[in-house]
Amino acid sequence: MENTIKVGMADLQAARHPAVLTTLGLGSCVGIALYDRSTLVIGLAHAMLPDSTQAKNVSNTAKFVDSAIIALIDEMVKLGANKSKIVAKLAGGAQMFSFSQSSDLLRIGLRNVLAAKERLEYLGIPILSEDTGGNYGRTIELMSTNGALLIKTIGYGVKEI
Amino acid sequence: MAVNFDNLNNYHIDVLKEIGNIGAGNAATALAKMLNKKIDMEVPKVKVMEFKEVNEMLGGAELPVVGLLLKVTGDLTGSIMFILENNAAHALVNILMGKPIENRQDFDEIEMSALKELGNILAGSYLSSMSSLTGLNILPTVPEIAIDMAGAIISVPAIEFGKLGDTVLYIETEFIEGTTKVLGDFFMVPDMDSYEVLLRALGVVG
Repeated sequence: MENTIKVGMADLQAARHPAVLTTLGLGSCVGIALYDRSTLVIGLAHAMLPDSTQAKNVSNTAKFVDSAIIALIDEMVKLGANKSKIVAKLAGGAQMFSFSQSSDLLRIGLRNVLAAKERLEYLGIPILSEDTGGNYGRTIELMSTNGALLIKTIGYGVKEI
Repeated sequence: MAVNFDNLNNYHIDVLKEIGNIGAGNAATALAKMLNKKIDMEVPKVKVMEFKEVNEMLGGAELPVVGLLLKVTGDLTGSIMFILENNAAHALVNILMGKPIENRQDFDEIEMSALKELGNILAGSYLSSMSSLTGLNILPTVPEIAIDMAGAIISVPAIEFGKLGDTVLYIETEFIEGTTKVLGDFFMVPDMDSYEVLLRALGVVG
């Protein structure tokens, strides 16, 4: 009877306990899972691009890693989260295709993960664990019960971080 | 003048649709030659979709699909991707390799090459129709292949669209051979500067 909320591409959601936030088929995008142990408020963002300051159109804050993190924390605080108690887990940032020459298109996954780490560090939010990189897609589920992040793949098993 | 993807008007979309129609038609003809079978085709549908909805296309974000990605060089730069459902890819490969149509064994090396060749032919015929419409020199690279969740594969062209705006434009095509229907999606993603080159070559932007 859990309250499962889907997070789409370039989307973010926050929820109070009891809830599960899930995003399906995460590829080169990065999934940023936030959890406040003290209030059990959770938040999940599915961001596509590293940097909103490089973009002309930033109307969708969830699209960019930097603005998504800020917006997600705001949403969580609105639901009663204690900002100083928030911790993070990261997933995604895969390189789905392996071209021999490296270009922006292909390293975008890595850049998304690095941007998330930089922004979280800047905000003083500790990153507890991550499952990033590789060349495969991930479906992730964030549980409000204990902040566990479940990761499912095709051919690379299931794990919890 | 910079072309903002979200500001493309109906006329621009119609032009892109027409390229899609002709391109997919040529792709169906090429596919028929490759398979040596009669291939029918539904009229391709050009779709513009918000990122949030993207996960629901092709039957869901977790459905395994085959993605074929080619880089585009020449007067236009960017990438082109063809995505087809895993079952459809199996059906095509089975027809090509003379195997029973319901065979679902993992693709072996030869079958992976056959899929890449399929990508070559489909993308190549698509690009050549764009080339003859615009007079631009457009060349595809050798395709790369990935088999994984639909959402993860689509994230690659979606991210490129993300740099341009908040929507994804793609062309849904349905090829029919006998009783086998093969549904596939084309994503054509010109780099930011190339949209302008493309629309200008078509006489849409002054």
